[in-house]
Amino acid sequence: MDTIFALASARGKAGVAVIRLSGPKAHTAVSQLCKLPVERRASLRNLVWKGEMLEQALVLTFGAGRSFTGDEMAELQIHGSTASIAVVTDALAEMGLRQAGPGEFTRRAFGHGTLDLAQVEGLADLIDAETKAQHRQAMRLLTGSLGEKANAIKAHLLRASALIAAVIDFSGEDLPDGLLQEVMSEVDAAREILAAESAGFGAAERIRDGFEVAIIGAPNVGKSTLLNRLAGREAAITSAIAGTTRDVIEVRMDLDGLAVTLLDTAGLRETSDPVEAIGVARARARAESADLRLLLTAGEVLEHPQLLHGDLIVRNKIDLDGMPEGSMAVSALTGAGIGDLLAAVSSELSKRVVNAGTATRQRHRAAIIQALGCLDMAEAALGHGESQVEIVGEELRAATRALDSLVGKVDVEDLLDRIFASFCIGK
Amino acid sequence: MKHYDVIVIGGGHAGVEAACAAARRGAKTALVTMRMDNIGVMSCNPAMGGLGKGHLIREIDALDGVMGQVADAAGIQFRLLNRSKGPAVQGPRAQIDRAIYRSVMQAVVGSQEGLQVVEGEVSGLLADAVGVRGVILASGASMTAGAVVVTAGTFLNGVIHIGDRKQSGGRVGDAASVRLGQYLADMGLRGGRLKTGTPPRLDGSTIDWAAVDMQAGDDDPVMLSFLTDKPAARQISCGVTSTNEETHEIVRRNISLSAMYGGHVEGVGPRYCPSIEDKVTRFADKDSHQVYLEPEGLNDRTVYPNGISTSLPAEIQEAYVRTIKGLGHVRILQAGYAIEYDYFDPRCLASDLSVSAAPGLFFAGQINGTTGYEEAAAQGIVAGLNAAAKSLDLEPAVFSRGDSYIGVLIDDLTTRGVTEPYRMFTSRAEFRLSLRADNADQRLTPMGRRLGCVGDSRWERFSEKSSEIARGSEMLQSVRLTPKQLAAQGIQVSNDGQSRTAFAVLGLAGVSPEHVSALLPEFKSVAPSIQRQIAIEALYQPYRDRQTADVRALQAEEGQRIEADFDYSSLSGLSNELKSKLNQIRPENMAQAGRIEGITPAALLLILSRIRSGQRVSSSR
Repeated sequence: MDTIFALASARGKAGVAVIRLSGPKAHTAVSQLCKLPVERRASLRNLVWKGEMLEQALVLTFGAGRSFTGDEMAELQIHGSTASIAVVTDALAEMGLRQAGPGEFTRRAFGHGTLDLAQVEGLADLIDAETKAQHRQAMRLLTGSLGEKANAIKAHLLRASALIAAVIDFSGEDLPDGLLQEVMSEVDAAREILAAESAGFGAAERIRDGFEVAIIGAPNVGKSTLLNRLAGREAAITSAIAGTTRDVIEVRMDLDGLAVTLLDTAGLRETSDPVEAIGVARARARAESADLRLLLTAGEVLEHPQLLHGDLIVRNKIDLDGMPEGSMAVSALTGAGIGDLLAAVSSELSKRVVNAGTATRQRHRAAIIQALGCLDMAEAALGHGESQVEIVGEELRAATRALDSLVGKVDVEDLLDRIFASFCIGK
Repeated sequence: MKHYDVIVIGGGHAGVEAACAAARRGAKTALVTMRMDNIGVMSCNPAMGGLGKGHLIREIDALDGVMGQVADAAGIQFRLLNRSKGPAVQGPRAQIDRAIYRSVMQAVVGSQEGLQVVEGEVSGLLADAVGVRGVILASGASMTAGAVVVTAGTFLNGVIHIGDRKQSGGRVGDAASVRLGQYLADMGLRGGRLKTGTPPRLDGSTIDWAAVDMQAGDDDPVMLSFLTDKPAARQISCGVTSTNEETHEIVRRNISLSAMYGGHVEGVGPRYCPSIEDKVTRFADKDSHQVYLEPEGLNDRTVYPNGISTSLPAEIQEAYVRTIKGLGHVRILQAGYAIEYDYFDPRCLASDLSVSAAPGLFFAGQINGTTGYEEAAAQGIVAGLNAAAKSLDLEPAVFSRGDSYIGVLIDDLTTRGVTEPYRMFTSRAEFRLSLRADNADQRLTPMGRRLGCVGDSRWERFSEKSSEIARGSEMLQSVRLTPKQLAAQGIQVSNDGQSRTAFAVLGLAGVSPEHVSALLPEFKSVAPSIQRQIAIEALYQPYRDRQTADVRALQAEEGQRIEADFDYSSLSGLSNELKSKLNQIRPENMAQAGRIEGITPAALLLILSRIRSGQRVSSSR
């Protein structure tokens, strides 16, 4: 295994930049720049390479097996300028260390068994997190909210499987009545958690990828002006000519810690201009798939075919007709009411965050959907009473197996433990 | 000095199957036992088969083993357990007449070509730098062999406890095999101590049979062997009674006198076979426990009261037994006892049951930490087939979790080890729907034939049956039936206009072969037993693809071999605990590695990446 390095902090100008080294030569490399500090103790050092002073750095070292990756590691905390970063990383490269590929540190950590898969994924999300909400979400995954749910699911499936195993393998050994009903309620409980988790998928992915908010409305109602006002810059081309915006324009912004992509869409109207017609079609499609729609109007509108529950209707151009400003009445031009509108959008999106499930990856989604299918089959088989208990067992096995990656393996010894603790079995 | 291809030590259920299997493969085999007339003795309950266990007997039988046929000859009551549940979890079971079993088994062993029985006590093994070469008898004589199978049962340093009395022995009335145990322990094999218990044996003529419920066998008895059609012996019923508060009170009051509760026994006992002391203590809220009164034979007044094994002093046993309904005046013929014995950690074994550290030496049966006649016999056949393979340089007999309960048993033992006497359950088999008692022959007989352990007469019968199954299945697969045609026979399916093969229809809940025969008269030409077999296949067809896929995934992992000298200690990132576990168990492939307790995905990733990259770090050993 070679020794890798990478900038661990964000690129660009910042107060402090952190360069991480991982691999068997991490400490040797640091010792070529400065006197190696005591392990796990932050020490201020001058970094000198080929007789030249590069930087002053706070240096930290970790021994193999006692670090994030499991390798020997070091951290150089230097001044956050592009130039400082460049001289230090150049020196490391000259020593024969390799610039790490994306996620390579995490992969090493995984390879060394210091992280489990959910943690690796949570970590990946954490690193990617652009905003506070993503950070929160990633932290939840890391500290085991998914793990807690997984444990609850595992407990229900384990109990259900143990009961089935008892019914099958210890028939005629005076077991209590009603075991199959108990299996049913355990399966139900597991299904409930899984169903909730699966319903929360959309919101969880949104937190990672950000929400999309589409501004829709009739032509020339001021959609692009509103976008620019919300974005605080001239992101969209605005003009008074109806149909100016023909493509969908996106602006990413941070709204109270939520990553939001604002979509400015072509004015929705019947048009004979083929180019504008394409724009309108795109606008409709994007607006439909967006998380939230702001229907902008210049007058009274109560209904619109594209509006869904939770969408907002916003009255624009109050500067022209002198309406009092409010959360749903704004002037995109003057900015009146914009603060309240943002608060309303933020609060609507936050509601969806609260409902967010914790499983964020495709893998989890597929596993959960598959497991739900198996549990459906298990319930159907339970409907036939004793005659299909082995089918119930098989479906529970398949469900548990599907969830292996989430809940960890359920072992037959776990089942037996459960059975022998619960029933007086055996002759 | 006499030379054999294979020497089997021990004449219990493992020893007999091992010796017969080796001989069937053409190995010149000796079975060494302390007492010739103890071959085929059943030292615990007078029954064979059941759930998981019945599956094992069928598999042994499919390999032309002896247990199933002998049990059928000696069966005095046959019951198919789980009759109300699906066929995959139905297990054939029989009450056995001990005397008949013993005499038939001795006849079978005596007539097995290539097998010689030698009476004597083995006191040690002949070994050189290459491996084990034979055995040394207590008489001073030696015998050499290409492979030696040890099936010492509970006789290794066996200690019998009745209350605070203890005596050395493997079974009441027999001497324990102390010297061999010491000899094996000196080889440096890791061992442990287990215990098991037996109930007092009752005099059936002193039981008030009118006061207890009676349970008869099935009207249409299902046999243990594929070759038997019907019972040979007269059939009997068993009694069913139960303990009561008075019984429990006596046990509770005297619990400190129990060998197991009084601290006299160090071994670990099986959870699924609790003593009456355990039952009363651990399930104090239960005011009654079932007791089955199982006659030990047609001409034997001994009755085995299944459910009340104990190590209380004899006089307490008598007191509590007499509180049980129907047993008020019962006479105890032999007090119940707990027995402690040595076992060797089966993780020292390779999957052919050879001792990794001693080439040519094989272990089978209770010595590996299992319990039960069937588990012992299953290991016996594996060890016997492979001892012959080792000695004669034949194809090894390899069993997988995907093809048999035998494979599950071997894999559990050699990769997981045991913490209590190991017993088979159907729940241990993840491919339960495929590994059924009814298709054990379809799964294993062809393999047995290839290995040379399946004789001509079985093979002929099997081939006939297989081609009939194929004929019937093809018949059904080639005909499609519409919902309307089905409705005419009273079979309701969703009216989707979709036609189904007659095979799929036979798999629907509530559809019997008779229904299908009505729609497809030529199916009547298929024998009813074959029709039933096809119906079972059809029933589980929807699950077959999934299980087949899982079995393939398993085989792929099994195909990823791990070299015997793989250096785990040089894998950085593995915990020391895992390193030592892996070093000890030495998984033969990734599938086994994945089943080791406590193994992490990361550890598997590490092992796999090491194998793939071929970066072999030279072993320090």
